[in-house]
Amino acid sequence: MSILQNGYLTLETGEVFEGVLIGAEKDSLGEVVFNTSMTGYQEIITDPSYAGQIITFCYPIIGNYGINAIDNESITPALSGVIIGDLCETPSHYQSINKFSEKLKDAGVPGIAGVDTRLLVKTIRSRGTVKGYLSHTETVECSVPEKNDFWVEKVSTKKIQYFKNNGPHVVLMDFGYKKSILNALLDENCAVTIVPYNTPFEKINSLNPDGVLLSNGPGDPVELKKWFPEIKKISQNYPTLGICLGHQLIALAYGAKTKKLAYGHRGGNHPVKELLTGKVKITAQNHGYVVVDESIDNKVFAVTYRNVNDRSIEGLKHKNLPIQTVQFHPEAHPGPSDTEYILKDFVSQIASMGETVYAIK
Amino acid sequence: MPLNKTLKKVLVIGSGPIVIGQAAEFDYAGTQACIALKEEGIEVVLINNNPATIMTDEAVADKVYIEPLNVETIEKIIKKEKPDGVIGTLGGQTGLNLTVELYEQKILQKYNVELLGTSVESIKNGEDREKFRNLMLKIGEPIPESAIIHSFEEGVSFVKKIGFPVIIRPAYTLGGDGGGFAYNDEELEMVLKKGLAASPIQQVLVERSIKGWKEIEYEVMRDANDTCIIVCNMENMDPVGVHTGDSIVVAPSQTLTDVQYQMLRDSSIKVIKELKIIGGCNIQFALHPASNQYYIIEVNPRVSRSSALASKATGYPIARMAAKCAIGYHLDEIVNPITGNTFASFEPAIDYIVVKLPRFPFDKFPEADRTLGTQMKATGEVMAIDRTFEGALNKAIRSMEMNVYGLCLKANEFVEEKNLLELLTQGNDQRLFIIAESFRRGFSLEKVQQLTEIDPWFLHKISSIVTLETELASYNWSDVPVSLLKQAKRNNIADKLLSQIYAIPEKQVRNKWKELNWKPGYKMVDTCSAEFDAVTPYYYSTWHGFDEVEVNHKKKILVIGSGPIRIGQGIEFDYCSVHAAQAIKKKGYEAVVINNNPETVSTDYSVADRLYFEPLAAEDVLHVIEKENVDGVLIQFGGQTAINIAHELEEEGVKILGTTVENVDRLEDRKEFYQLLEDLNIPHIEGQTVTQPEELIKAAAALGYPVLVRPSYVIGGQSMFTIFSEAELNQYIVQLEKNSQATMWPLLVDKYLPGLECEIDVICDGENILVPGIFEHIEKAGVHSGDSISVFPPLSLTESLKETLIDYAWKIAHSAPVIGIMNIQFVIYQDQVNVLEVNPRSSRTVPIMSKVTGIPMIEWATRVQLGESLNDLSSKKGLMEEPNYFSVKSPVFSSSKLKGVDHVLGPEMKSTGEALGMGITYQEALEKLIPTLGGQTDENYLFCSIADRDKKASLPIIQELVKKQYKIVATEGTAVYFQDHEIPVEKVVQNDDDVINLFRNQSMKAVINIPNQGRNKIKFGFQIREHAVRYKVPVFTHLDTIEAIINLEKGPQSDFEVRSVNEYYKLEERGAVHG
Repeated sequence: MSILQNGYLTLETGEVFEGVLIGAEKDSLGEVVFNTSMTGYQEIITDPSYAGQIITFCYPIIGNYGINAIDNESITPALSGVIIGDLCETPSHYQSINKFSEKLKDAGVPGIAGVDTRLLVKTIRSRGTVKGYLSHTETVECSVPEKNDFWVEKVSTKKIQYFKNNGPHVVLMDFGYKKSILNALLDENCAVTIVPYNTPFEKINSLNPDGVLLSNGPGDPVELKKWFPEIKKISQNYPTLGICLGHQLIALAYGAKTKKLAYGHRGGNHPVKELLTGKVKITAQNHGYVVVDESIDNKVFAVTYRNVNDRSIEGLKHKNLPIQTVQFHPEAHPGPSDTEYILKDFVSQIASMGETVYAIK
Repeated sequence: MPLNKTLKKVLVIGSGPIVIGQAAEFDYAGTQACIALKEEGIEVVLINNNPATIMTDEAVADKVYIEPLNVETIEKIIKKEKPDGVIGTLGGQTGLNLTVELYEQKILQKYNVELLGTSVESIKNGEDREKFRNLMLKIGEPIPESAIIHSFEEGVSFVKKIGFPVIIRPAYTLGGDGGGFAYNDEELEMVLKKGLAASPIQQVLVERSIKGWKEIEYEVMRDANDTCIIVCNMENMDPVGVHTGDSIVVAPSQTLTDVQYQMLRDSSIKVIKELKIIGGCNIQFALHPASNQYYIIEVNPRVSRSSALASKATGYPIARMAAKCAIGYHLDEIVNPITGNTFASFEPAIDYIVVKLPRFPFDKFPEADRTLGTQMKATGEVMAIDRTFEGALNKAIRSMEMNVYGLCLKANEFVEEKNLLELLTQGNDQRLFIIAESFRRGFSLEKVQQLTEIDPWFLHKISSIVTLETELASYNWSDVPVSLLKQAKRNNIADKLLSQIYAIPEKQVRNKWKELNWKPGYKMVDTCSAEFDAVTPYYYSTWHGFDEVEVNHKKKILVIGSGPIRIGQGIEFDYCSVHAAQAIKKKGYEAVVINNNPETVSTDYSVADRLYFEPLAAEDVLHVIEKENVDGVLIQFGGQTAINIAHELEEEGVKILGTTVENVDRLEDRKEFYQLLEDLNIPHIEGQTVTQPEELIKAAAALGYPVLVRPSYVIGGQSMFTIFSEAELNQYIVQLEKNSQATMWPLLVDKYLPGLECEIDVICDGENILVPGIFEHIEKAGVHSGDSISVFPPLSLTESLKETLIDYAWKIAHSAPVIGIMNIQFVIYQDQVNVLEVNPRSSRTVPIMSKVTGIPMIEWATRVQLGESLNDLSSKKGLMEEPNYFSVKSPVFSSSKLKGVDHVLGPEMKSTGEALGMGITYQEALEKLIPTLGGQTDENYLFCSIADRDKKASLPIIQELVKKQYKIVATEGTAVYFQDHEIPVEKVVQNDDDVINLFRNQSMKAVINIPNQGRNKIKFGFQIREHAVRYKVPVFTHLDTIEAIINLEKGPQSDFEVRSVNEYYKLEERGAVHG
């Protein structure tokens, strides 16, 4: 074993957190965010929505069950760094094929272990959005670049991918999709076409889908402003489901606004209320932006879900068109699957509509 | 849906006396529920006959019935109180069973009482084996295949169907005796035949064996709107095969991937929805270690020990929320009290790890079968919180108060390898330390894993602690590197262990940390991993991070809690700790509480102003004292726990309130204490302190047999024996040297006087004393006060004797002086009052005496320690006037749970709990406690086996019983003696087979077995008593007990009246006899 080297996370607000370096040997800059999930570190580090972010795990013991070949949400982790408490280098699980620290190294992601992550979380909370610099030296000033990177571009597929199946055909617009969304569609027998985030309406039209799913993804949704009209057009023509960033994009496309949350919702324990039934579902969430309540045109959209704690919008439904969006992750992984029915309902909805269309033809 | 407004009055059913498997967690649950109901303006009527509880306080429930927990009594209460609703899912299995009975006997329907929360149908679906099975099949959730089998052939054909391995559990045997696993045909033949033979009804349960699978628990909540949440999941370190109450448990699960976590979460939610539970529910799973296959092992459709643990582990108050759900609220309408700004409909996220260790009673029962299996044996538990498993485990170990501070134990170094292997395979209470010893000897992790079937994750951690301990031991204190010490503290290695390793005083270790400016940080338990601001002052320490806890500069008083529940130090001390905290608050100070027992009310964050969930070792207590800068420490309310560390606290300059540490010593040290009594001219039992075996033998001879022998500084009569001859004494010495540590010496040896025993609790301010009452013991001296039936007011004390008791108490209190509270035990022999012992602290009888007299004893005892005088508190002093009603306390034993333990009455305490009966007459009060010998039937057999020395004394009692048409069966010697004295003996029992046949074929009313010595497994008497326990026949091991019951049989079978505690008080005011 190599000798442990000290590592430092320097926040733009001046605080420095010390630990030991793990993973890739390189410095890194990113927005420092935290996730409260107690399981699912593998899914989290491979979730493309974290692109460009340094993720802090609230749960202090990470790596217990190693890394397996099944639970990756994307092929290459896109996050900028990882901050954890106690690193487990002796994982135990029948599926484990790798250590957490090795996975980081392989993926070129640097990290720091041995950090009081609770203190870091409290710091982030008191500072709001905060960037940090992860490095082997303490003296680095956390310099913030002028412009944000356009992360969706980096994580979205460059070419169209097809998954054959005998069910309805769904186009999955990839803003940084999680593999679990694809899996959920495939499990429902959908044929899936994954298209780059910037695929215009005409192209999608040519694919002749039964429905379109706008995926999750990293960053500020307003960065995608120039595609809003296309997104609107797509959703007007096909049954559409928006998840997370996809939800925000649809809201924006119809004229709503988004804003940054003070420190985001990231974890697997977020209660949302289904307004129709009054029932509360526990959801997996990972978002830093939220649709502004007052900006919703009540004549066009109905709010379907609200966060129980901060009352923020968690879901929308178009009043006339088959468009539904959710801020949380019905595909789970990691997190609870209380709302997996949303994906199922979407598929059965397009399946029945597809039959109707077919019948007319 | 908001609160159901039609509910004005609700009956809450408590769980009764503490037994193994049903302990203080139900006082915590019940108390929370009562408060949750009261704050909605609902009048709460409570029934519970466990007087040592907080829930039976008038401040918690509006009307408290300390009455027997049976359907007849509850019906009387319902008839009288006319409640609108009843909650029965917060009183453990007792409460649940009673609720079902009340419903099935249509009592609830008859009086129009709504069953709140989970319905009876749901309860039965969860509890009834067949119904549960069918329900799970319906929703496609897997349960282990099983069948009830009555014959060998039936069993073989069933196993053919389901395949190996299987477990065979005989019906009605003690602690699963006679059962076992079968992995192939030969084993099946052997175990099945043995099992069928072992069961008195030739019935076994054959079930697919999932031994060795991971055992995972989920705590689930559901409201009437079908919103379901998981409060917490937990992973048992000990795989399936060891009862979860006896397992080492961590929260949250550590070795499950998110897929597995969510798979079991989904299953939990499916189950709770199908069962339509309203409130809390515990679901236990077995998860295959090498696949995602799982089985549901068990569902508890009620709050449980695990839910208390989950509540303390996360901060989410399950019982409180369950009560709110039961009266109509939905989870999203209830504010999460921890954050104050989020709602109960969420799942706690925690950013620390919790380790629970079970506390076993084997230190008191060296003869017990220590093997762990499916029958729970632990009496209590400790919980520890840290940011690493290693840290939490080390904290938990020192919380146990077993005189153990690390994993490598000297005693285990001498265990032969063969035994080591056995102990790894078939675990007992020492398993954790045995695993450590195996690693110390260089066993490979794979080997240990194979033998224990414990997940390697845990074994790696244990092994790393062993490595660290070994490395620490390879240095001297003078040359141990600071970096290594730092690593030790980050792993929360005890200061005490370091002091033992380096053979230096613990103070020197502490001083080193001061030099280095090292101290732990404190963090908050906030249900949300710091995602939201939390308002609840519930803290734990860690050496892994920053101290985030801000302190204020108010005046603060610290209450040291009593730690895990064990025999001799039970829930009563939690009652005292809670009341002390309340008194402190009332006086305008901030109450700081430290404790480590997750079952209790004292560790409810709403009790103290600031709660520290920490070990009660000097190191941890001192850190909190320094952190909070407390103005004084109360040590009299946490049992012996706080007394034991008082010296170290004082040495560090901590202000101990009340009786000084020096005076505590004077009262506890036998020699000094006798000197004090002699100076005060108070008679005491003749006795000596001896430091070695020869001295002991000499002293015993000089005093004259029988003698009472015990170690000093003990609680609950640990290793205490009445010894009748020198031969017995020699045997005792051999046993003592085999079983215990060097700290047992010096021993105290006293002359044994078979007199009347009584005890008082005294509140003193140094000048005056106040004694609420005198408890008289029914059994003669020689039976531990915790195990004797006692009555208040006393039956046979003359006024002058009472005056003498009070005079002696005053003299002791005044001369010491005692400030606060003390307990004095007396033995009155031939009209002379002798002082047996003084406990310079609160005692087991305090909650009872407080409750039956209405005197707030702990509040007053706290206030005198804070400087008030008794004159300010009470116009009356000395012995209070006796009430005109009676209160009788009787011990409750967990005999059926502890195989190998001889529950014979003696000087060592064995009961786990107690019940209280109140009545206008002694007879009525006693009747509420003791089952009479039952109605007369054709076969009223009594089995008698009586030691020679008691044979004569037993004659009038037996004659009386014969007069009442009881038929006598006796062992040989007893039979001969009876026949010589013209007592007809129906049958003479010669050997074990006779006993078995007897129990199997005759309806036995009771066993009267007065042993010579007891606690000797090879003795015939031991076998008799164990058979009696197995066949659930009452055993009486003391003539005084049976005599009290015969007197009861003489009286008319009265249909007693139920009265709330308040009504008893009013009786007194009116001076009326009949209310």
